[in-house]
Amino acid sequence: MAKNTTQSKTSRSVTQRDAHTMKQLVGMADAVARTSLAYRDPSVEVPARTLANTTFNKKRRTLEMGKAAQTRNLFNVGQAKKFMQTMLLGSGVKSLIDAGKTLSLRGMYYKGLHTIPGTKEKTFADQDESDTILEDLEVSLGSLREELHLFAKKAGTMVGNITIIDSGDEIDCRRMGSGGYAIPSICEPDVIQFKKCDAKFILHVEKNTVWSRFNEDKFWQKHNCILTEGGGQPPRGVRRLLRRMHDELKLPVYCLLDCDPWGHYIYSVMKQGSINLAFESERLAIPDAKFLGIRAIDYDRCDLSDDVQIALTENDINRAKQIAAYPWFTDKKEWQREIDAMLKNGFKMEVESLITKDISYVTEVYVPERLKAKDWLD
Amino acid sequence: MPDSATLEAPQPTERSRRAPRVTAETMATKQREISVSEFFAKNRHLLGFDNPRKALLTTVKEAVDNSLDACEEAGILPDILVEIRLVSEPQAPSRKPQAESETAGRKAQADERFRVIVQDNGPGIVRKQIENIFGKLLYGSKFHRLKMSRGQQGIGISAAGMYGLITTGKPVLIISKSHPKKPAQEVVLKMDTSKNRADVVSETEHPEDDSLFPDGTGTRVEIELAGKYFTGARSVDEYVELTAIANPHTRFTYVTPPTSQFPEGRRQVFERSVDELPVQPEEIKPHPHGIELGTLIGMLERTEHGTLSAFFTEEFCRVGPSVAKAICESVGLSTRYSTKKVSHGEAEKLYKALQEAKVMAPPTNCLSPIGVKTMLKGLERGLKPNFIAVSSRPPAVYRGRPFIIEAGIAFGGDLPAEEPAQVFRFANRVPLLYQQSACSSFKAVSETNWKNYGMQQPKGSLPVGPMVVMLHMASVWVPFTSESKEAIADYDEIREEMELALKDCGRKLKTYLNRRDRMKAAGERRSIFLRYIGEIAKAVSEINGQDAQALYDALMKTAQRKTLEMDQTLDEEGKVINAAEKLEADEAVYVKPLDEHDLIAIAEEKEAARQGAKAGGQPTAAVKSSLLAAGQGISSREPSAAPPPGKRKRKATRPERAEERKPRPSAKSERQRPPSLFENLPPPPKPAPGKHVVLVRKKVKKKPT
Repeated sequence: MAKNTTQSKTSRSVTQRDAHTMKQLVGMADAVARTSLAYRDPSVEVPARTLANTTFNKKRRTLEMGKAAQTRNLFNVGQAKKFMQTMLLGSGVKSLIDAGKTLSLRGMYYKGLHTIPGTKEKTFADQDESDTILEDLEVSLGSLREELHLFAKKAGTMVGNITIIDSGDEIDCRRMGSGGYAIPSICEPDVIQFKKCDAKFILHVEKNTVWSRFNEDKFWQKHNCILTEGGGQPPRGVRRLLRRMHDELKLPVYCLLDCDPWGHYIYSVMKQGSINLAFESERLAIPDAKFLGIRAIDYDRCDLSDDVQIALTENDINRAKQIAAYPWFTDKKEWQREIDAMLKNGFKMEVESLITKDISYVTEVYVPERLKAKDWLD
Repeated sequence: MPDSATLEAPQPTERSRRAPRVTAETMATKQREISVSEFFAKNRHLLGFDNPRKALLTTVKEAVDNSLDACEEAGILPDILVEIRLVSEPQAPSRKPQAESETAGRKAQADERFRVIVQDNGPGIVRKQIENIFGKLLYGSKFHRLKMSRGQQGIGISAAGMYGLITTGKPVLIISKSHPKKPAQEVVLKMDTSKNRADVVSETEHPEDDSLFPDGTGTRVEIELAGKYFTGARSVDEYVELTAIANPHTRFTYVTPPTSQFPEGRRQVFERSVDELPVQPEEIKPHPHGIELGTLIGMLERTEHGTLSAFFTEEFCRVGPSVAKAICESVGLSTRYSTKKVSHGEAEKLYKALQEAKVMAPPTNCLSPIGVKTMLKGLERGLKPNFIAVSSRPPAVYRGRPFIIEAGIAFGGDLPAEEPAQVFRFANRVPLLYQQSACSSFKAVSETNWKNYGMQQPKGSLPVGPMVVMLHMASVWVPFTSESKEAIADYDEIREEMELALKDCGRKLKTYLNRRDRMKAAGERRSIFLRYIGEIAKAVSEINGQDAQALYDALMKTAQRKTLEMDQTLDEEGKVINAAEKLEADEAVYVKPLDEHDLIAIAEEKEAARQGAKAGGQPTAAVKSSLLAAGQGISSREPSAAPPPGKRKRKATRPERAEERKPRPSAKSERQRPPSLFENLPPPPKPAPGKHVVLVRKKVKKKPT
């Protein structure tokens, strides 16, 4: 079922998709106009992107958005501005579709930004406000970001034994130099197709510095894999590409992330989907992704020095407990033990801590050993 | 221990050997009576003539006090002229060379000479009393009686004349007209301090057509003195302004000497805002609890009544035959015991019995409070604040003397926001300007916990904010700390009454401040909707091609109705309460009307403050003060126009200003109607009793199904 929906959405032609988005958009505007002209309080329904409205589908092993929705009214002191912003960005999306162009999130922020006539108030205080409203718009219209003709900034790099076609250009990811291929924000089949793949698995690392270490050591050549990086919490483009490679090329995904609540949550998002974007889990989540490390036991196992310890803050501890309590973590004894072990350690560790052993310890010893021993968390 | 045998007659000292020995006889030649006038001439600070600044003020004050007392006693609405003239050419040599009038441009210099002129339209003074009143210290009608009046001892005006004579050598000029058909008398008086009386220098009869007194009678006093004119705190200016506040039934004309701002002098007229004279207080007899033993003995000696019973019932108030009998019996004396026979010991017993006797509190018709209406008027006219609450306490008693405390709080307007509140102190309608911190009223203000009433207050000091606190003590005998009548003595009974009055006002202030905060929210609400509607109409129109103007108009109409509904407060039973009405219906409260313009200003300020806070900065003082300045009253009620409570017709006094109904009395009663009822057009529907929706709807988080 999941696949069907995905395909039905992605296989729509551009004009079909635009027609769908336009229909949704005009529907929203019509409803607002109707209530307004009837002297009532206009509102839009925004599905709630909250933990409470997120369920873990055990069968699919992904997060799903529930049915709860929030009504955003104009005549409510706390919601009036958001309501106005929603309408404003809605009209912005419409003009993008009309013009057949796409804008970055930042570009859209600027498009909607102006001073309200007769006041000193700006429509948006910062880009975060606009980004949040755009996510609301996605869920309330049931259209994906790319269907709104929007994209995020690039944040993610790939290199490895694979050749892809990006907007008609053939990209050989074996010949990307030291910088790698920048994964675009939109990785739908109409933009990116896979031409040739020899790699046997995907190693995803948390951030660019670690990725550079692996690339310089030609790890992907030696182990015949694809090496990706998502700049911390991977953006939708990276997740979408990984998911497609995992699905379409049948490549297992291994993650090398920091031993801290942040790293744990990155893994959780890649595997199950995020609370904020639960509605996109079916396109983004990789339920079979594995967590290679860093593990709490590595401090002893790898005989690391005291210098690599970074004390857990109050926030970290709370966050770790929060993560451990997520429904999709509660049943995983190994994960409960892992988080416990970290809390017992009282410190976190970054992937870079392995460099204290040797510059290439992580690429030459740590990851190969884990892979060989099939020593990972699921 | 020194042995008693060692005690010897004292040896003559060095000094006594050289100088002739002073004997009782030689000393006796130097011993003589000191006249009161001489005493005060040397100790003029006791009467408020410590320095040239204060001397000028005291002179004006004493003259004005007398004029007001005289007018009121005679039932005349006072019309008083106060003029301070700079005497540029000194006619007699003064202690220092006289600074010429070039100093007039700057702040006046010390040792300048002024002629103080105070004229009233009172009953005038009979010719033969002029010397006594203006020339004799401790002569007057007010000392011996127990009646509320401004003057008490009969020192003031003659002391002022004496001070003038000492510093300038100039006599006092008095013109008085005591009958419309009789000519005015002009008398020039020179005080003889050693004899405590005045010598008439000259005496002129003015022709009958003298136009000096248009009202037919009146008195004019001119005193020349060395003084110093200045403006600001504790100045004559302040005195006149405050007197006008406490005496709105008086018309003041005030002419200042030249200043840098007003090179020609400034002429101000404080018009009358109340046309009724204060109720003339009755004179009362002493209350048994209010006398001292010596007073009792004196009274016994002087009394014309032969028996104790008659003495007690006739010479005291609140003592009837039965009380007199009880007093006599408790000390074992007959009610018919002769007053002449009472020994010192018996008097002491009687005094004790008097103190212990159960007697009613003294009558209070001897008091004439300013009254809430008059106080409101006075404060409103004098300060132009945004809010006033006043309180007039029921009469109370200290040491057997009845008194009434009245308090007022004026808030907002142009009052300085960042400074400690000003305390306006009055005793029998006379402003007290000096020795604030020694005054009972000052203590009452700083001991009141103003934080309870929404004000800032550094520990143990005056509250900070755009506020004036007024305290008035009306009594037959105000206990001043000194003869210069500058501070009220700190009796517990008095301070407690003051605190109660302040609390009463404070509570109303709190209500007002709460309401103002709520109004800010309401104004903000209104402005939020108004601001965004244009954007929304445009955006929606861009998406679906709907007519933007039609959308705008429709949304605007809804916005107006919505705000109106939101501004209403519902009580526990779901009935709409209008806090504005409640506060307005209070006779002791004045709230400045607020217009739509103010509301927008409030909202803009709030937005600016919020953005300032967002940027990490504190709202500036300007923003704060304008916030205070903006979010003020709601009512369109004018205190003068207020019909009696209960009879006011809301619609009549508040024409088509539906949007202005917004205030709520407190957060607790904050209620909002359920949104489902919005569809009904005005009048706004009422929700079923017991159903309440909190004002700010929380984000609904539904559980996933």
